[in-house]
Amino acid sequence: MGRFILKRLWQTLIILLLVSVVAFMLIQFIPGDPVYVMLGENISKEYHDTVYESMGLNQPLTTQYFNWLGNMLRGDMGYSYHFRKNVNQLIASRLPVTLTLGIISAVVSVVLGVFFGAVTAVKRGTATDTTLTVLANIGLATPSFWIAVLLVYIFSVKLGWLPAVGFTLPWVNFQKSIRQMILPVICMSMGGVASYTRQMRSSMLEVIHQDYVRTARSKGLPENKVIWRYAVKNSLIPILTMASTTLRGCIGGSAIIETMFNIVGMGQIMVIAINYCDYQLLQSSLFFMAGITCLCNLIVDIAYAYADPRIRLE
Amino acid sequence: MLQKARKFCTVLFSRKIVLVSALVILFFAICAIASPLMAPCDPYEQDLSRRLEGVSSEHWLGTDQLGRDLYSRIVYGSRVAFMVGILAVIAAAVMGCAIGLVSGYFGGWVDQVLMRLMEAQMSIPPLILALALVAVFGRSIPMLIFVLGVSAIPNFARMMRGQVLSVREMDYVAASRIRGNSNTATMVRHILPNCISPIIVIMTQSIGGSILAEASMSFLGAGIVPPTASWGAMVNDGYSYIYDAPLFALAPGVAIILLVLAFNIFGDGLRDALDPRLRGAL
Repeated sequence: MGRFILKRLWQTLIILLLVSVVAFMLIQFIPGDPVYVMLGENISKEYHDTVYESMGLNQPLTTQYFNWLGNMLRGDMGYSYHFRKNVNQLIASRLPVTLTLGIISAVVSVVLGVFFGAVTAVKRGTATDTTLTVLANIGLATPSFWIAVLLVYIFSVKLGWLPAVGFTLPWVNFQKSIRQMILPVICMSMGGVASYTRQMRSSMLEVIHQDYVRTARSKGLPENKVIWRYAVKNSLIPILTMASTTLRGCIGGSAIIETMFNIVGMGQIMVIAINYCDYQLLQSSLFFMAGITCLCNLIVDIAYAYADPRIRLE
Repeated sequence: MLQKARKFCTVLFSRKIVLVSALVILFFAICAIASPLMAPCDPYEQDLSRRLEGVSSEHWLGTDQLGRDLYSRIVYGSRVAFMVGILAVIAAAVMGCAIGLVSGYFGGWVDQVLMRLMEAQMSIPPLILALALVAVFGRSIPMLIFVLGVSAIPNFARMMRGQVLSVREMDYVAASRIRGNSNTATMVRHILPNCISPIIVIMTQSIGGSILAEASMSFLGAGIVPPTASWGAMVNDGYSYIYDAPLFALAPGVAIILLVLAFNIFGDGLRDALDPRLRGAL
C-alpha cells in the first residue's frame, strides 16, 4: 500500500504540472492585450507598460511559464489588480470559509445519500422507496440558485428565522456560524444527496442479486448484517468514483452559493476574477484549488483500492 | 424488429410515471420546435408601461421588468435548454465513453496517460472551468455547448473505466479473446453492452445536469447573451423583483425543475427497461 501511495503522489505531481500549463495558457488565449482587457482601455501608456512588464508579458512564453511556476512553488501567487492585494493574502483569508462549507456539504451529501439510497433499494417498490426516489429526483432537478431564492424568501424574508447573508467560521462564534450555515449547506448538498441516493439505489439493486449476498443470507446471517456488510460495502464502488467529484462540485457550487449569500470565499473570488478579468488571480486560484482537489482524489483512490480488491494495483 | 421495439415500449411505459415524464419532455420539445405557435406573444416585444404585471388573461404568467410576456419567454427558453442540454451531453458521452473504454481495456501506459489527463481536468471545478473558458473565448451558444460538453467528459470516462475494470476479467471477455476476436470487437460487442446501464443513467442525469449548468451559467451572467430567453437568466432577473413579482423568479425555475425531472425519471425507466435482470421484476 505504501508503494501505491508513493506512486499516486508522483502521478498527482504530473497532474498538477498539467493543470499549471492549462491555468497558465488561459491568459495566452485572450483576444487582444491582456493588460487592456484587465484594466480597461483608459489607462495611460506608461501604466500599461509597467503592468505589462510586472506581469512578465514581455518575455518569451517558456520563460513566462517557468517564472510563474517558480513563483507559485515559492509561495508567491502574484498580485490581484481588482482587490489591490497579494493573492496569497486573499486566499489565506478566504480558503477556510470555502473549505468549511465544502467539507460539511460533501459529508452531508455522502452520508445522507448512501443511507437513503440503501433504504430505497432494500425497500424497493414500497411507499418509502417511492417517496424517497421522488424527493431525490426533485432534489436533483432543482437548481441550487433557485432553491436558495426560495429558502431565503421563506426562512429569511417571511419567517425571519435564519440570516440571508454572511458567514462566520465555527471556531469564531459557533452558534452564529450554525445559523448562518444552515441555508448555504442545504443548497450546496441538496444535489449531492439526491445524486448519491439515485446512484446508491441503482448500484445496490445490482449487488443485491449477487451470489455472495444470497450465500450470506443462506448462512443465516441477520438481514441487517447482510445488507450493511455485504450489499452496501460492494455497492460503494461506483459511489467512490463519484465521491472524488463531490468536493470539486461543492467548490464549483460555492461560486453560486457564495455569490447569492454574500459569503466571502474562494468561489466568489473566482467569479470576481472572471468577471473583472483579473487573470493573475484567476490563474493562481485555479491552480491552488486544483491542488486541493488532487489531494482529495488521492485519498479517494486509496479508498477505491481498499474497497474493491478485484481492482489490481498494477 | 418492430415487435421487439413494441415490446420494449410496453416494458418502458408500463410505469405510468415514465409515460408522464415522456409526455412532459414531448411537451417541452414541441415548445422548443414550434415556439412561435406555442407562445401567445412576441417574447422580445417590450412594453414599459406594463412592466411587472401579475397574472392576466393576456399575460398568463405576468410580465417581466421590461414588460415582456413571461409565458412566451419561458416557451422560447425551452429552445436553449433543449439544444444546449442534449448536444453538450452527446458530445461529452461519446468522447468520455471512448476514453473510458480504451483506458480500462488496455490498461498500462494508455490508461495512465488518459486518466492523468482526465484527473487534471477533474481537479478544476466544472462550473469554474466553464466560466473561465467563456471569459477567454467569449459567449455564444456553440461555445456554451462545447464548454459544457468538455467539462462533463471526465464523469463519463471515469464511470466507464470503472465498469470496464470490473467486466474485463469476466469469462465471456476471455472467451471472446480466445475465439480470436479483435480488441475492438471484444470492446464493442462484449464489454460495452455490459457497461452501458450506468452510462445511460449518468447520461440522462447529465442532460438534466447540462440544462442546470446552462441555467447556472446564465444565472451568473456568463451564459446566453440577452435578449435571448434563458431560464437561468430569467431567475436572476426576477430575483431583484422577488417582492413585487414573485412569479417572475419562480416560474422559470419551475420550468427547469419540470424538464430536468422528466429527463431523470425517463432515464430511470429506460435503465430498468434496458436491464434484463430488472425487466422480470417490472
